Amino acid sequence: MSVETLLFDPKVVTEFSRKQQEPEWMLQFRLQALQDAAKLPLPKVEKTNINRWNFTNFIPYTEEAPVEGLSQLPEEIRELIFDGEEANVLVQKNSSVIFRQAAEQLAEKGVIFTDLATAAREHEELVKKYFMTEAVKKDEHKLTALHAALFSGGVFLYVPRNVELEMPLQSLFWLSGAETGMLPHILIVAETSSRVDFVANYVAERDSQAAVSNSVIEVFVGQNAQVRVATINNLSQSAVDVTYRRSIVHKDGRLEWIVADLSDGRVISDNTTHLQGEGGNVNVKTVAVGTGEMRANITSSIHHWGRHTASDINARSVMTDEASSILNSITKIEKGASKSDGQQSGKVLMLNPKARGDANPILLIDENDVSAGHAASVGRIDPLQLYYLMSRGIPRKQAEKLIIFGFLDAVISEIPSDTLQKRIHRVIERKFQS
Amino acid sequence: MSTSPKLTIKDLRVSIDDREILKGVNLEVKGGEVHAIMGPNGTGKSTLASALMGHPRYEVTGGEVTLDGQDVLEMEVDERARAGLFLAMQYPSEVSGVTNSDFLRSAINAKRGEGNEISLMKFIRQLDEKMALLEMDEKFAHRYLNEGFSGGEKKRNEILQMMMLQPRIAILDEIDSGLDIDALKVVAKGVNSMLSPELGVLIITHYQRLLNYIKPDFVHVFMQGRIVKSGGPELAERLEAEGYDWVKEELGIEDETVGLKA
Repeated sequence: MSVETLLFDPKVVTEFSRKQQEPEWMLQFRLQALQDAAKLPLPKVEKTNINRWNFTNFIPYTEEAPVEGLSQLPEEIRELIFDGEEANVLVQKNSSVIFRQAAEQLAEKGVIFTDLATAAREHEELVKKYFMTEAVKKDEHKLTALHAALFSGGVFLYVPRNVELEMPLQSLFWLSGAETGMLPHILIVAETSSRVDFVANYVAERDSQAAVSNSVIEVFVGQNAQVRVATINNLSQSAVDVTYRRSIVHKDGRLEWIVADLSDGRVISDNTTHLQGEGGNVNVKTVAVGTGEMRANITSSIHHWGRHTASDINARSVMTDEASSILNSITKIEKGASKSDGQQSGKVLMLNPKARGDANPILLIDENDVSAGHAASVGRIDPLQLYYLMSRGIPRKQAEKLIIFGFLDAVISEIPSDTLQKRIHRVIERKFQS
Repeated sequence: MSTSPKLTIKDLRVSIDDREILKGVNLEVKGGEVHAIMGPNGTGKSTLASALMGHPRYEVTGGEVTLDGQDVLEMEVDERARAGLFLAMQYPSEVSGVTNSDFLRSAINAKRGEGNEISLMKFIRQLDEKMALLEMDEKFAHRYLNEGFSGGEKKRNEILQMMMLQPRIAILDEIDSGLDIDALKVVAKGVNSMLSPELGVLIITHYQRLLNYIKPDFVHVFMQGRIVKSGGPELAERLEAEGYDWVKEELGIEDETVGLKA
C-alpha cells in the first residue's frame, strides 16, 4: 500500500516509536495497524450513525513539557485528582505523560504503575503478553487499528498475586489545544487474589476544538481477583470521544465498571466483559449526562462463558437541550455457561422536548439452565415527584436537580472517592447551568 | 410571622379534565383550630386538599383562596409551602436516590432562605427528636425518600415532614387510611404535639376513628363537591353512629358523589 492512501504518515509513527525506545515488535505492530486502519471499516454501533464523525483528522503527537508537581497543574485539572500529595497518579497531556507520582510501597509490593512505553522497555514480556492480544485486537475495525498505530502515553498497571491495594490508583488524561489527538492505552493486569481500584479521568480544556480522543482500556482480572475501574470522560462540545473498555475475568474474579460519560461532543463508549472462568462476576454501572448537541452511543456487553457467572448492568442517562443518547445493553449467555445469571436495567431521563434517548436491552441466551432479566424505561421527570418535592417548599429548579442527581446516584455513589464524587456533582451542575 | 394564621376558601371551583369536581367550597381555618372534613368516597374531599396545594392535575376554575391575606392560587406549589401551607399526602411519591434527610434539609433551607441555612447539628438534633416521638427507626433518615416504605411508614414520614417544616396551616389527607390502631395513635401523637395557636389543621377523613385521637373543633360534611353541613365534634359522633343517610335525607340529596372517585 502506498503512503498516500494511509491516514497518517508512517514516518511520524516510526519516529515517535523510536524516540520512546519501543521494542521493534511494537513498532512493527504500529505500522501494520496503520495499514489496517486505512482498509478497515468503522465499527458498527447500534442505532447511531457515526459515518460523518471526525475520527481521523487530528495531530497525533504533540510534545508537552513535564510538570514538577501537581501544584503546577491548572485548577480545573488538579481538582479531579484526589488524595492530594498521597495520590498515586499519572497525568498525561495530549500525547505526553507529564507527571507521575507513586508511593514507594507500591514498588516494594511488586506493583508496576507506569506509562506504557516505559513498561514496554522495562517489562517487555508482560506487555507483549497482554497488549492488544486477547482483549482488544488491533484489526477489529478502523478505530482499534488507529489506536494501535498511534497510541501514546497510557498506563501499565500490574498487581502481583495476593497484593491488595487500599488506595485507588489514578490517571488523568488532559486534552488541550485545537485539533489535537489523545490516544492513551491503559493496560491493567490483576493477578490471582489481588485487589485494585483504578480511576481514569479524561478532561478537555475549553480551547480543545475539534479534538479526538481514542482510548482503549484492557483489564485482566485474575482468579479470585477484585478490580474496580471508574472512568469519567468530560471532553468538550466539538471533540470526538471514543473509549473501548474490554475485560477478561477469570475464575471467581470480580470486576466493576463505573463509567461516567459527561462529554458534550460525539461519544462512543463501549465496555465489554468476557466472564471466562467459572464463578466470575461483573457489575457495570454507566451514566451519561448530555447537554447541547451531544450524541452518545453507550454500549455495555457481557459474554458469559463460564458456569455460575453473574452480571449486572445498570445504565442511566440524562439528556437535556438537543442531546441524544443510545444505551445498548447486551447480555450474551453462551452455550455451556449454565447456572449463570445476567441482569440489566437501562433508564433514560429526558429534560427537554428536543432531547432524545433510547434504552436498548438485548438478551441473547444459548444455554437453558440460566436466569436473566431486563428492565428499560425512557421518560421525563415525573410531574408527581416534582409536585411532591415542591410541596415542601423546594423551588422547581432545585427539585429537578434533586430528582436528576437521585437518578444518577445509583452510579455516582459507586465512584471510589467521596472527593471525586463531589467534583463530578459539580461538573454536572455546571453543565446544567450553562 | 407571629400573627395567627388564617386560610380562607371562598366559592372554590375545581375541575379535572374539564369535569367540575369542587362546586363552590367555602371554609375558613384559623390558627388554633382543628377542622375535620368528613364524607363518603367520591365526594371530592381529596380534590380539595390537592387543589389547595396546587396539584398539577387540577384546574381551579373559580373562587379564591387566601393564606394570611395572600392569594394562594397565584402562587407556585413551592411558594405555597414556603408561605406556610402543608399537605400530608394520601399517596406520597417515592424518589429514588434522594435520602429522607437530604430532602428534609433542602426543604427546611428553602424556607429559611440563602445565608440562613440550618446548621447540620441543629438539624440532626431536631430530626432525631421528632423521629423518636414518631417511633421511627433512625435508619429512615438515610433511606431514599419513601422508596420501599410500607403504607404506615409513608404516613409517619409525612407527619415527620410536617413536624420538621412547622407549617402555619396543615392539611392531612386521609392520613389515617391503612393504619392500624397503634400507628394511628403515633400519628395522632405527632399531630397533637404541634397543636398551638400558630397552627390551623384541616383533617380529611372518612373514618371517625381518627377524631378520637385528634379532637376537632369543627366538623364539616362533604358531598357533591362542597360542604353541605357543618357542626361541632358531636356531628362526627352522629355520623359514626348513623352513617350519612340522614344527612342526605335532610338535605334532599340522592347521589352524594361527584361522579368520580376522589
